[in-house]
Amino acid sequence: MTTMALGAALNAGLRRALERDPKVLLMGEDIGKLGGVFRVTDTLQKDFGAARVIDTPLAESGIIGTAFGMALRGYRPVCEIQFDGFVYPAFDQIVSQVARIHFRTGGRVRAPLTIRVPFGGGIGAVEHHSESPEAHFAHTPGLRVVTPSTPDDAFHMIMQAIATDDPVVFFEPKRRYWDKGEVDLDAPAALELHQARVAAPGTDVTLVAYGAMVATALSAAEIARQERHSIEVIDLRSLSPIDFDTVEASVRKTGRLVVAHEAPVFLGLGSEIAARITERCFYQLEAPVARVGGFATPYPPARLERYYLPDPDRILDAVDQTLAA
Amino acid sequence: MSEKIDYPVQLIQPDGARVHGAGYAGEVTDIGPAELGGLYEDMVVLRRVDAEATALQRQGQLGIWAPSLGQEASQIGSARALAPDDYVFTSYREHGLAYCRGVPPAQWPPLWRGVALSNWDPAEYNLTNPAIVVGSQGLHATGYAMAAHMDGAEIAVMAYFGDGATSQGDLSEALGFAASWGAGVVFFCQNNHWAISEPVQLQSPFPLVARPRGFGIPGIAVDGNDVLAVLAVTRTAVRRAREGGGPTFIEAITYRMGPHTTSDDPTRYRTGAEIEHWRARDPIDRLRRLLLREGAMDEEFTRGVDTKAAAAAEALRAGALALPDPAPLTVFDHVYSDPHPLIDEEREQFSAYLDALEEAQP
Repeated sequence: MTTMALGAALNAGLRRALERDPKVLLMGEDIGKLGGVFRVTDTLQKDFGAARVIDTPLAESGIIGTAFGMALRGYRPVCEIQFDGFVYPAFDQIVSQVARIHFRTGGRVRAPLTIRVPFGGGIGAVEHHSESPEAHFAHTPGLRVVTPSTPDDAFHMIMQAIATDDPVVFFEPKRRYWDKGEVDLDAPAALELHQARVAAPGTDVTLVAYGAMVATALSAAEIARQERHSIEVIDLRSLSPIDFDTVEASVRKTGRLVVAHEAPVFLGLGSEIAARITERCFYQLEAPVARVGGFATPYPPARLERYYLPDPDRILDAVDQTLAA
Repeated sequence: MSEKIDYPVQLIQPDGARVHGAGYAGEVTDIGPAELGGLYEDMVVLRRVDAEATALQRQGQLGIWAPSLGQEASQIGSARALAPDDYVFTSYREHGLAYCRGVPPAQWPPLWRGVALSNWDPAEYNLTNPAIVVGSQGLHATGYAMAAHMDGAEIAVMAYFGDGATSQGDLSEALGFAASWGAGVVFFCQNNHWAISEPVQLQSPFPLVARPRGFGIPGIAVDGNDVLAVLAVTRTAVRRAREGGGPTFIEAITYRMGPHTTSDDPTRYRTGAEIEHWRARDPIDRLRRLLLREGAMDEEFTRGVDTKAAAAAEALRAGALALPDPAPLTVFDHVYSDPHPLIDEEREQFSAYLDALEEAQP
């Protein structure tokens, strides 16, 4: 076991993927000498060369479109989109080309791209640097969408994503880049890429979260424990597909479900989870499924984001309502 | 703008006289009467197959078709400049590329009939299936060329698109990436003067061939209804790409003699006089005049060409009519490479629904 930060664990995973497969390439803006604005690709260009760790012109559609062309010739490009709010210029290439080529060609052509997107708020940034656009991609057939919440998951999941023959949008919880945890660099991944994980066991309420919100959910569970409420926290990890079996098993036990994410509640992932779990567990539910998340507003200025982002108090308020029902 | 724009390259004059001498004519000195006859045959076959597909749409056998009528010289001339290991990305109108890359016409209809989203295996012909999002393929070609370069492959990658696509941001990004990386791409723009109902002047009031200059990419304007000139300039660009000389932009000035697609009504936006103007510049007529001058066009030759054209058209027709509708559950196939729980669940549910529906039928 090694103690490392989530960003450093991603760097270690990318390094190992580059070592293992000569077809793996990294592409993005400022990922070379600078090592990316978050330093996730630090030293990789020095060690693997500018032909495999490629600084691109500043054009996100161009990054994804050219990576798609490289994939058609057998490469496995890992593209970095510098910030969540900059993924939109690439949206057409991702949803119209990358996501569909396997279906379009009846399985003849694959596009095993990994598209890394730092996402979410809480870092006091200017506009376009704190977004949670995961629902757009989870709504798109042909893509897999995942997000790690711990350094160990970051290390293993980035390698799993790169090894997947389907395109993967890999959301990185940017405000947790510097959070440290234990990483087993030698063990194989404990879970398949599409599997959810019980992050903290509990018996009274199931609390589903992903990405940066997992740590918030764990804090909420810790506070609740002092009030003798036992919350089971599930780290979803995969946003498409969603491991509903794991969520269902927990809700069958607890009878109560709260879903928390930074993205707007309206038509967010919580909506789909609420619908599916209601279908599966209608007679086990003791209360309506509660959703906690961002407002139906654009992401606000930094001095307002503490109100916009769910914190342990807002999550516990939803938990209390669920328990009171 | 006062910058000089060269006249489009022309090697067959409107009266059929061939231009010899220096410059691009030097690229095609190996093209004698027999080879010209081959190009003529290609163009006639393409026009005949294209007409058959249009007819099949009118008969309800195809859902839609995007005719290549009038653009035969641009497509055949450029396609015949390529080697099998070159790789071609096209839009939806380049049936001439499918023909020259060796895709049997019987394999062209699935996409147009609505039974599949693509037609052939790209790896078999080094030819992508038609790109429907206008301009998206320029970036793919650039990435492919970059990857080929990394592999040490000395090939050219063709990106075909129309005048409308030059307004797309993706195409500008492709020019930028290709120039920055020195990618071996030939950007082949068929300026057929119309993007559905929008005239090329709406895309750009200035000649399209000037557009790549700002990216540091050489541009060549060519008479797109002159098959020999198109062959010559494409050979130049392809050689540059193969030799590591970087990208080239070709503007082939031609004319879409038919509608945008079979769903379009061009009488709403262009005049009969304009059609007549371009009919007088028909690319097949031009080559026929040259062949007549060279004494290379006798009855036996034309009969042979017509026979081949009729057979190709019949092959396309038979191929279209032989295509059954796909089975309902195939909608769930190939969304992902690996198993996917949501797809599996929906397939199972829909299958059960269909079974129940069948049982409920008297």
